[in-house]
Amino acid sequence: MTTAAVRGDERIANVSVLRRLLVKPEFGSLIGALVVLVFFATQSDVFRSTSGVANWLDTASTVGLMAVPVALLMIGGHFDLSAGVQTGTAGLATGIMTTYWGLHVYASLVVSLLLMLAIGFLNGYLVTRTGLPSFIITLGTFLGLQGINLGVTKQVTNTVQVSNLDLVPGYRPLKDIFGSTISISGNGFQIAILWWVLFTALGSYLLLHTRFGNWVFATGGDPNASKNVGVPTGRTTIALFMLTSAFAWFVGNTQIIRFGTIQAQVGIGQELIFIVAAVIGGCLLTGGYGSVVGAAVGALIFGMTQQGIVYAGWNSDWFKLFVGAMLLLAVLANQVVRRYAEQSRR
Amino acid sequence: MTDSEISFDSQRRVHQASAVAPDAPLLEIQNITKTFGSVISLSDISTTVRAGQVTCVLGDNGAGKSTFIKTLAGVYQPDHGQLLMDGKPVTLSSPRDSLNAGIATVYQDLAMVPLMAIWRNFFLGSEPTKGWGPFRRFDADKAKSITRKELSDMGIDIRDPDQPVGTLSGGERQSVAIARAVYFGARLLILDEPTSALGVKQAGVVLKYIVQARDRGLGVIFITHNPHHAYPVGDRFLLLKRGRSLGDFAKSEISLAELTGLMAGGAELEQLAHELQRPGSEGPEGSADAGPAGDEVSEAGRSMLRDSSTLGQ
Repeated sequence: MTTAAVRGDERIANVSVLRRLLVKPEFGSLIGALVVLVFFATQSDVFRSTSGVANWLDTASTVGLMAVPVALLMIGGHFDLSAGVQTGTAGLATGIMTTYWGLHVYASLVVSLLLMLAIGFLNGYLVTRTGLPSFIITLGTFLGLQGINLGVTKQVTNTVQVSNLDLVPGYRPLKDIFGSTISISGNGFQIAILWWVLFTALGSYLLLHTRFGNWVFATGGDPNASKNVGVPTGRTTIALFMLTSAFAWFVGNTQIIRFGTIQAQVGIGQELIFIVAAVIGGCLLTGGYGSVVGAAVGALIFGMTQQGIVYAGWNSDWFKLFVGAMLLLAVLANQVVRRYAEQSRR
Repeated sequence: MTDSEISFDSQRRVHQASAVAPDAPLLEIQNITKTFGSVISLSDISTTVRAGQVTCVLGDNGAGKSTFIKTLAGVYQPDHGQLLMDGKPVTLSSPRDSLNAGIATVYQDLAMVPLMAIWRNFFLGSEPTKGWGPFRRFDADKAKSITRKELSDMGIDIRDPDQPVGTLSGGERQSVAIARAVYFGARLLILDEPTSALGVKQAGVVLKYIVQARDRGLGVIFITHNPHHAYPVGDRFLLLKRGRSLGDFAKSEISLAELTGLMAGGAELEQLAHELQRPGSEGPEGSADAGPAGDEVSEAGRSMLRDSSTLGQ
């Protein structure tokens, strides 16, 4: 550490600070976020007001929480198209078990967590066992769960939603944990924002500073090479899918606890938004490269744009066009930056 | 996340100890046979590897070199025959078993992840950790400094261990892979065609690292189809052809010319030389990488030797 490090530092001194920054996968998204922030802040007073900030941070946090495991999974070389619909499954399961089957809400939460972990395990197991692309496997679970969510909800409730969770005993502390607001200069900030920041930090730590994180990079970068040196690629993949499901449990239950109600179709279509956030944040679609912080920034861009368009008084019908354009721009920028960064090191 | 809970220190064996008895074979391979269905991949193969020596395994494509490596690496189990490590029979039923026995394989695809930093690759699968319980984390400082030190001990000059492996040249990558195997207490290093994808100069660099590893007291199995790379570094030569052994020679028993002749199939080589020879002319005189060719080969055969070293790549 001592002499070797000093000598090494001397040798790498010629790598400039800018280039060191450019090598970071999240660098491009940070610039993008800054541009979007400045742009909407000049367009709208509400956007830069505290209530505005609270609003777009809230939107960003919902996407951002799921973007954490989705980014990790993508770095590990896989997609989970069922990530969105799983949030619905988790919330609906808790709701139905509590309000219709009379289970205590805490017990329901535990059971629904186990259920979600089982779904994640199934996804991961099928992907590692069959060797089929995770795109296909999770497309299957996506469609399957979509049917189950609607089918079971209608069967049990005769409606397409589960409600009244806010009336059960033990709801109050849950609301405090999952759905309370923190007041800053008179405006309520959702506690989910705090969870988002915390889980992003934890996810980033997991990726960059643990053995598991090293295995995630390796599994996504080159599964065969990883296996040859003793990385348990199968178990890493399964763990990542289970992590995604655990986050879906958190997000889905945040929804039903915050509003007391959840729709049977909730989460459908969101899976692509999570992937967009991860990709804007610098995750390589083919795996092996990316950043959890970047995915959080991607979610931030998404939240700012969605609310910013409304605040700027534009027609929000065009929102998805912006997201699409931004995605393409981000991918191109990331590609250019990465190439430049890698060339500069030769 | 709970895989290979063997602690970091126990994984890193002290390999210097292996230099104690240089005459006793480190690994004896006795009459190994491996079949896949009706295909005989290896038939009755034997050789020995000693500490501080290089055993070269030569053969053309389809000779069974890959099956041979994978048997030693624990990927395949032989149908007949046995492996003796330090004189004791061993069963290698997984790559992990093989690693634990001190056999490290440097694969042709290098078992490195191009997008990952050198230090992350160096410790991939055997990451050093610090801290306890949920705070157990990848000791990046230690990993980086060890990587830098081990590489410089091998004479490899890496500017920045944060550099992705994908930005290294082929020879550098091979060298990092060898340095990694040496560090992780390998007593026996299996190198799968380490020079085949490289240019002449880069191949020379890798050969130097093979000699380095040998001089550190490791047994080396060097798989190649290029006798010119094998002969200068090898102490023992096992020739494979279509799954069978053409012989297992000590260096004193065979010359480079004989080795090349055997590998290309003697008569076949001369036949080919005749076919390729331009009527009324002979090959150009003198070539840098021809090596010390024996006197007993014809001029045509010698020019063939020169060509084979480039053709083989």
